[in-house]
Amino acid sequence: MDAIILQTLNGLDKGSAYALIALGLTLIFGTLGVVNFAHGALFMIGAFCAVTMQRILNLSYTVVDPSKKDFLGNPLKVQMPYVEHWFGHDAGAAIINWSVPLAILLAVPVMLLIGFAMERGLIKHFYKRPHADQILVTFGLAIVLQEIIKQIYGANPIPTPAPSQLAGSLDFGLLIGFPANTIVYPLWRLVYFLFSLGIIGAVFAFLQFTTFGMVVRAGMADRETVGLLGINIDRRFTLMFGIAAAVAGLAGAMYTPINSPNYHMGMDFLVISFVVVVVGGMGSLPGAVAAGFLLGILEAYASLNAVKDLVPGIDQIIIYLIAIAVLLTRPRGLMGRKGVMEE
Amino acid sequence: MLGLERKDFVFLIVVLALTLAAPILLNPFPENSALAQFNAGYPDLMQRIAIFAIFAVGFNILFGLTGYLSFGHAAFLGAGSYAAMWMFKLLSMNILPAIVLSVLIGGLFSLLIGYVSLRRSGIYFSILTLAFAQMSFNLAYSVLTPLTNGETGLQLALTDPRVLDAANNSGSLPDTALFGLAMNSTTKVEMLGRVFQFNVGYYVCGLISVLMFYVALRIFRSPFGMMLRAVKSNQNRMNYTGLSPRPYTLAAFVISGMYAGLAGGLMASMDPLAGAERMQWTASGEVVLMTILGGAGTMLGPVLGAGFIKYFENIFSKINETVLHGWFSALPHAIQDPLVWLAARFTGEGWHLTLGVLFMLVVIFLPGGLVEGGQRIGGLFRRRKTDDPEHHPKRAPHVAE
Amino acid sequence: MSRYDLTRRGLLRTGMIAGAGLAMPTIFTSRANAYVNEPKGGSVTFGFNVPQTGPYADEGADELKAFKLAVKHLNGEGDGGMLGTFSSKALKGSGVLGKKVEFVTGDTQTKSDAARASAKSMIEKDGVVMISGGSSSGVAVAVQSLCQEAGIIFMAGLTHSNDTTGKDKKANGFRHFFDAYMSAAALAPVLAKQYGKDRKFYMLTADYTWGWTQAASMKDFMEKEGWKMVQDVRTPLASTDFSSYLAPVLSSGADVLILNHYGGNMVNSLTQAVQFGMRDKQVNGKQFEIVVPLISELMAKGAGKNIQGILGSSNWNWKLQDEGTKAFVKSYGTEYGVPPSQAAQTCYVQTLLYADAAERAGSFDPCAVGKELEGFKFDGLGNGPTLYRAADHQCFKDVLVVQGNEKPENEYDLLNVAEITPVDKVMYEPDNEFFKGGELGKCNNGAA
Repeated sequence: MDAIILQTLNGLDKGSAYALIALGLTLIFGTLGVVNFAHGALFMIGAFCAVTMQRILNLSYTVVDPSKKDFLGNPLKVQMPYVEHWFGHDAGAAIINWSVPLAILLAVPVMLLIGFAMERGLIKHFYKRPHADQILVTFGLAIVLQEIIKQIYGANPIPTPAPSQLAGSLDFGLLIGFPANTIVYPLWRLVYFLFSLGIIGAVFAFLQFTTFGMVVRAGMADRETVGLLGINIDRRFTLMFGIAAAVAGLAGAMYTPINSPNYHMGMDFLVISFVVVVVGGMGSLPGAVAAGFLLGILEAYASLNAVKDLVPGIDQIIIYLIAIAVLLTRPRGLMGRKGVMEE
Repeated sequence: MLGLERKDFVFLIVVLALTLAAPILLNPFPENSALAQFNAGYPDLMQRIAIFAIFAVGFNILFGLTGYLSFGHAAFLGAGSYAAMWMFKLLSMNILPAIVLSVLIGGLFSLLIGYVSLRRSGIYFSILTLAFAQMSFNLAYSVLTPLTNGETGLQLALTDPRVLDAANNSGSLPDTALFGLAMNSTTKVEMLGRVFQFNVGYYVCGLISVLMFYVALRIFRSPFGMMLRAVKSNQNRMNYTGLSPRPYTLAAFVISGMYAGLAGGLMASMDPLAGAERMQWTASGEVVLMTILGGAGTMLGPVLGAGFIKYFENIFSKINETVLHGWFSALPHAIQDPLVWLAARFTGEGWHLTLGVLFMLVVIFLPGGLVEGGQRIGGLFRRRKTDDPEHHPKRAPHVAE
Repeated sequence: MSRYDLTRRGLLRTGMIAGAGLAMPTIFTSRANAYVNEPKGGSVTFGFNVPQTGPYADEGADELKAFKLAVKHLNGEGDGGMLGTFSSKALKGSGVLGKKVEFVTGDTQTKSDAARASAKSMIEKDGVVMISGGSSSGVAVAVQSLCQEAGIIFMAGLTHSNDTTGKDKKANGFRHFFDAYMSAAALAPVLAKQYGKDRKFYMLTADYTWGWTQAASMKDFMEKEGWKMVQDVRTPLASTDFSSYLAPVLSSGADVLILNHYGGNMVNSLTQAVQFGMRDKQVNGKQFEIVVPLISELMAKGAGKNIQGILGSSNWNWKLQDEGTKAFVKSYGTEYGVPPSQAAQTCYVQTLLYADAAERAGSFDPCAVGKELEGFKFDGLGNGPTLYRAADHQCFKDVLVVQGNEKPENEYDLLNVAEITPVDKVMYEPDNEFFKGGELGKCNNGAA
């Protein structure tokens, strides 16, 4: 029982990342009809926003401390961050400690900007081209983006720890009446789950309760009619692309304490996120979210030792098996509308 | 001749001649000159170019003709490699049975995946193939370890049975061979300050690739090829005329899977080790890159693309900052350093960036790939009428619609 | 339909020009070489094939630095490093056999396929006589067998699997680094002493040759100390999120977690294990402990505070106080501003050992060089007296048991040497059950 609860938590945690990426993908697909293979790269860039924030806060000058020696026996050079210099040692250290959550401040504008630039500069010219061309050009863009990041930040993963207050673990079992130490879960992963719920809620509320959202939803349903009504749907769609990029970016930035970011993490997530979108149903936002959590949880259950003993290797392939089954029996996915991208 | 029109026959002869002369043509620079590093005439690279040309030509039969974009073809290549390795381990070091089995396995495996995946088209098809390939890779990497030796890769051992071969008492691993002709034997010829390496393995790969090129040419020109094009241009119309596109696309899928299996078998024959990485979806992406870069739907495009990417990967990637400093050494430091810095972003380890940018440019501006680029440049110099439909077919969209 | 029309003409033209340019007056096949890639000019080329991307990229970068430093010292540049303390005095800092040492580098990407491709291009295009590097046993085993087939020497870098000099050993391959068996032999008594005899352990194991042999060795030795294994779970080398593997550990009844992970894998799994609260829990009335059988300085750096107090083993550590180590740390530290890692040391030493053997053999012929290395006894390279055993081409030397430093004095002061296990405690016979099944075979120099 405790193992199942633990893996449920794990699945929710994995599922949050899947759901957030799939949500962004679906926003782009549903509004613009573009299949964006560069979406994983946007997630990755978001993660590197956190790295950048950490670097900015850690900008330092060098002080020589003659009382200590370095490994060669020379006086020790100490790096003194400007933040600590300006705000005093304790406040400065606290700011650096919280660099990952602070990275949200950086990630939102940066990702919006990248999203706008991508849509106006590239994607716009591909609305009329076949889906295969869209896949290919965004695949090329994904390679370019990840190579740029690799050149700036190197090939190695960069540790970006969570704030020390949130870095520990929570004895989740104690809260629900289990003995101590049976269900212990990292605090930051719970934070990530809550954070993703917040973002998902915000996106849905935005689409549901604002005039802007209403127009976008109308545009998703029937773009031409909305255009005929004299509404400039293109500009709104550009903004939606920016928002989708920002969602991916935030997902990436907050993910960094769970997994140190490296340049190819986008490609690693890309395949899975497409599978999620397809399972949820192309173009369906609730479908994407539901499928994200569902697949996350199923993947976690498949890695229960009891299950793995029964069907060896199932944890490696369960997601793909489900995707194949869904595509063959119900191509519109769990919640998709009929006829999206079907012949 | 050979069932080809005269024009095609001449074309084939040229390809054959180029293949035979490649060890000389690819080594244009003298041994000790500064440009020697651009020589590509060494066996490993030439073998790779020939093998990936087979892979891409096969992929093009599916993608170029029918428009179905598969992101899973590396799985067939990997399966072919494993099949060939098992033949080397169990039966004989002769590459013939290994290659035959790898083609068969490639075909069977693609029949299985193709049968299922082709029930959908467009993006769904792409994602299905992607899912199948990733699944194969994950399995090869983990639970199928007894069959694939996982991360380490399947390799030869002295204790393998090899039932058809004579007992091996030499204490060293046997070489892959074609009836006693070892794949790794190379004759080096020195002349005019250049060293030309004539390698048995390369000629085996090269000749097979010319043969496969010929087969592809026949398919392109056949009524079957016309049917595949019909699938690409308008499936509905095909349905209305009472033809089901499924058998044709499945046939194309299996043929391209057999090409991939053959490429995998040859890869294992040239270097007897099969790693799971060659099944990963990024490896499938590579053959997509090759085909599009060269020109999907053209005969020469995939070959050009394969050669181009492999050349970049092996030669361009070795241009490091020291080399660049050597090139720009005539310039004053103030100009030299930024120039070198900029160039270094795109060379050496940065070659992937160059590739990505080039690929994007091709998709955006040159949907016909390098072949179309060549034609356009050629068109500038030609005084022929450019509206000749025979030589300038309309650009076809890439996907089944 | 024929879109190749122009291209065909273009190619024809190119072909004719090329053909005319090559109208060759003299053709002669090259002189028969005594062995493959025999250096003819004033220089000899080594190939350094290390991971520059992938989970072991950190280690690879450090190895490359060490190789470059070794080449400098061989060519008489810099302060000479361990050449001064090496017990063999054959090398004079004037290259090897009078030839200047040059090198080419390649990226193995921590993948056997890519590593083989890169090694092949080094052999065929760049004409190297020796390849060194590694950083993953899977890669090392694959490249070692390639070198055997091609007829050049492979000086294994960082590879810790028993198989490298066990069932996959090759006559042309030599390993200076220690192996999983030695780690377990050195670590087991220390673990039993520190954590008691009555312990239950859970293992996470990287799913490839190194992980398998490491897990098997640890299990064997720990069970001899009275510990009981709860479970051994395999994790794919490419995984980065270990949460689904870590989640069941605390409730499994185990009170020790052994992480058979290395490099980036270990940094992730250890960090995540700590996030799961494993270091501040009591299980079975005992403090829960994490053990990492193979620790390097680079991993300690990546894991940060999480490494403090964790026990493991190392081939070498820069804080050792012998003359060889001091000379190497000084030379490396001055060059790069950081102390060398154990990966750097083993790669530096392997390059020196190869050069020294070639110098003494008077030839780069792999068989002659191999003969000099077999049974070679040396000292002054940081590990104390060392033997290159002829039977399996494995070096035997003392093994370090290290512990994450609780009070680092500077950012590199991450590991303390807890104990030096003398070589006779970790020695084994070549036909030991963990190593049997392979044959060295005959040395191959590639001469047809």
